[in-house]
Amino acid sequence: MPERGTWTVKKGLAQMLKGGVIMDVTTPEQAKIAEEAGACAVMALERVPADIRAAGGVARMADPAIIKEIMAAVSIPVMAKVRIGHFVEAQILEALSVDYIDESEVLTPADEAYHINKHQFTVPFVCGARDLGEALRRIAEGAAMIRTKGEPGTGNVVEAVRHMRRVMDEIRRLASLPAEELVAAARELGAPYELVKEVVETGGLPVVNFAAGGIATPADAALMMQLGADGIFVGSGIFKSDNPAVRARAIVLATTHYRDPQVLAEVSQGLGQAMPGLEMATIAVHDRMQERGW
Amino acid sequence: MRVGILALQGAFLEHREIMEKLGCETVEVRKPGQLEGIQAIIIPGGESTTMGRILLEQGMLAPLAEMGRAGVPIYGTCAGMVLLAKEIIGSQQPRLGLMDMVVRRNAYGRQVDSFEADIEVPVLGREPLRGVFIRAPRVETVGPGVVVLASYDGWPVLVREKNLLASAFHPELTTDLRLHRHFLDEVITG
Repeated sequence: MPERGTWTVKKGLAQMLKGGVIMDVTTPEQAKIAEEAGACAVMALERVPADIRAAGGVARMADPAIIKEIMAAVSIPVMAKVRIGHFVEAQILEALSVDYIDESEVLTPADEAYHINKHQFTVPFVCGARDLGEALRRIAEGAAMIRTKGEPGTGNVVEAVRHMRRVMDEIRRLASLPAEELVAAARELGAPYELVKEVVETGGLPVVNFAAGGIATPADAALMMQLGADGIFVGSGIFKSDNPAVRARAIVLATTHYRDPQVLAEVSQGLGQAMPGLEMATIAVHDRMQERGW
Repeated sequence: MRVGILALQGAFLEHREIMEKLGCETVEVRKPGQLEGIQAIIIPGGESTTMGRILLEQGMLAPLAEMGRAGVPIYGTCAGMVLLAKEIIGSQQPRLGLMDMVVRRNAYGRQVDSFEADIEVPVLGREPLRGVFIRAPRVETVGPGVVVLASYDGWPVLVREKNLLASAFHPELTTDLRLHRHFLDEVITG
């Protein structure tokens, strides 16, 4: 008998996305540009994070009509976002057969206390995290893939770097602890002991970990890969730039050849203007999307 | 034994770890020059359109296909199987086109239809293999030179044509090393 929605199958699709670039798209045309450029998946949205940030108000799951059009336009996996805790939006996306659900801080949270119980779904989930404890809490809830939160829609990679470094530092720190200190370490991290033990035994997260939130250039993508990311999400960075097709292709090649400065130099030239960025100090703490979720 | 693992995108590390467990030296292949001195190649699961485009753009599609025609053993899983096929239904995407078979991408459906199931593989013994199928391709027809080593639900899922081996599923996502060992013992050194 075939078994669907198993942990191996959920986590497995994320493993297949590794070394690749997942691009935010808002139309079937953009989805095709992303696929042509070599994206390994697309994220179907009504608005990219930079526009969500500019518009303000409550940001929700995209119109299913847009998601369906994008699913029909490309052969690669299609992801879509739901609000934190909004399990009915997730039920709707599962009914549409999207390939991955992002329970995302880019949208306005629907629940101030609880994230979605992701074990209940056949479709796999990806969630954002700023540190190891947050990553393991999401995995305990059933997330089969993790990404840094970064600061979406800014074109500023600094927060994604902070979050990736923090996760990696905490993994290294755990590995150095004697066994009797792990229960206390788990409590400090706010993460289940079993998952903490697994991190120590395997030397890494139990699921794939991508970088997201502020990646705008090929060099940004390669930086995140060298810091230990398994792959890259690019949100506003592509379709808010001067030449999306060329930039998209360059970021794909930079992600594959992330340790090869010759290739990185080649693909970085003549891309036109990147998206205009935002300096973190100009964004009030209560306007930072990364502060959503816990 | 030096085995190249195509490392453009996808689950290449998993294959690398298994081949190293089996005592092989492995090389991650991202550029044409890295194909030199390699005795066998694994094309991992991942996104076949992504890998195909990078292969084409980097001038690696032709030399890799030439190696396959010259008899270098190649094992492709999932996306690797798609890239090895001569014909991909409804798609003009770049491919190696080495195996005489017609495949259909995502034939089992989208991710919610991805599944795992026990597969009978007579060449690996009586113990079934756990087949993990993720947005898997289906082999719709095979030419006379292609041997079907395993089927599931009436469709071929593991096929061999001389030096070329392809599976629609992912043994690299399990702890069962038998299929990789088969590639090493029967296809590479056999």
